[in-house]
Amino acid sequence: MTMAATVPAVVEAASGADQDGALAGLRWAVTRDLRLAMRSRAELGVQLLFYVIVVALFPLSMTPERNLLATMGPGVLWVAALLASLLSLPRLFASDHADGTLEQIALSPYPLEALIAGKVLAHWLTTGLPVALLAPLLALQYYLDGESVAILVAGLLLGTPILSLLGAVGAALTLGLRGGGGSLLALLILPLYVPVLIFGAGAVDSVRAGLGATANLSLLGAGLALALVGTPFAAAAAVRIALD
Amino acid sequence: MALNWTRFASPASFYPLAGTMIPWFGWGAAVLTAIGLWLGFAVAPTDFQQGEVYRIIFIHVPSAWMSMFLYVVMAFWGALLLGFNTRLSGMMAQAIAPTGALMTFVALWTGALWGRPTWGTYWAWDARMTSELILLFLYFGIIALRQAIGEPRRADRACAVLSLVGVVNIPIIYYSVKWWNTLHQGASVKATGASMETTMLAGMLVMSFAFWFYAIAVVLVRVRAIMLERERGAAWVAGLPEVNR
Repeated sequence: MTMAATVPAVVEAASGADQDGALAGLRWAVTRDLRLAMRSRAELGVQLLFYVIVVALFPLSMTPERNLLATMGPGVLWVAALLASLLSLPRLFASDHADGTLEQIALSPYPLEALIAGKVLAHWLTTGLPVALLAPLLALQYYLDGESVAILVAGLLLGTPILSLLGAVGAALTLGLRGGGGSLLALLILPLYVPVLIFGAGAVDSVRAGLGATANLSLLGAGLALALVGTPFAAAAAVRIALD
Repeated sequence: MALNWTRFASPASFYPLAGTMIPWFGWGAAVLTAIGLWLGFAVAPTDFQQGEVYRIIFIHVPSAWMSMFLYVVMAFWGALLLGFNTRLSGMMAQAIAPTGALMTFVALWTGALWGRPTWGTYWAWDARMTSELILLFLYFGIIALRQAIGEPRRADRACAVLSLVGVVNIPIIYYSVKWWNTLHQGASVKATGASMETTMLAGMLVMSFAFWFYAIAVVLVRVRAIMLERERGAAWVAGLPEVNR
């Protein structure tokens, strides 16, 4: 309904004299997806609540001992961030694919890679960013000290965009598959998330061990740069395959 | 010599070529396995640290090598498919995946059996074991994606994209696990520091070739089956003597 209504705008915008495609396409995709996300705020809220609940489950499954929780905290918060990202991935393309909007998007004169990059950015702004901003509150439940919390948030800010970028490839590959593709998406994407988990949780661990987090955060940054360059193309290829 | 290699990109001409190659590689694998096991179990000396237990490396190391090598080969066929859109490439990638997963599983299993008597545990969160486990998940992901997509052409291309994303990630996964491991465990467990006896190395190399030949033979058998299944409506399949029998 609302999604189809916004499509003519892209044709209009691109058919004008201004053919500065990539950036304009990115901007269009970001605003459109953000607007759509804002119209289903409840869904976003539910995803954040999922994150909070998963984090709250771990202390209940063991003795809530202070040192143990502080040791496990970074890892638990990161695993929960991975799962929250995974859970929100179908939203990236699935509804657009179901009502045919994705086909129109792929036909638009803007480069598909740019449009997908815009969609991913909007996805991160509505899932990764809130998760990172919520993390300090949850970290307090795990008795993490101030410096650890700062590094945790820095790691999440660098790492969650990678999750959205890699996830876009998986979401595009599983578009329209039998059985919804939810658990299949997890099987495809979670192994690829491993380095992000290791460097992200490792950054906090090494701060707690007194080693400093520069190495881990730099590696996350390098991973983000690599993912930014590579994954929009892979995701665009996957979308084209799904639309064939 | 102008070798027209693209001729064999067509299933119709590759099918008989694969048929003639299978016995060579199959028997080659059998002979090399016999030599390799003889070298490994009869000729190679007992290890002064680990005793007889170490002899599992003649299975373990070749399967671990093949598990990684086959993933790269699969990604290579995926790249060819996306680049040149050749039907055969997708079939080859499909045929390689199960053998790659099997090799990964064998490497993990023999590693566990080796670890129990030497390290005292079936499983350690060692860098190599952990990344091998993730490699197994990557293989499962590719096989599951193909199963979920009914249409073979789309499955080929989707798996090609996934295997290429995976092949970029494998070194990153390996090093991330390695650094994580050193941070957590200090000195990691190493099998042997000493240099290897020549006969041990020879046995391992021969077994590696045996596994390689086995993989080629099995992949070719499987790719022939895939060709027949996918092209069952084609005229060249209808003309095959084994189909008409």
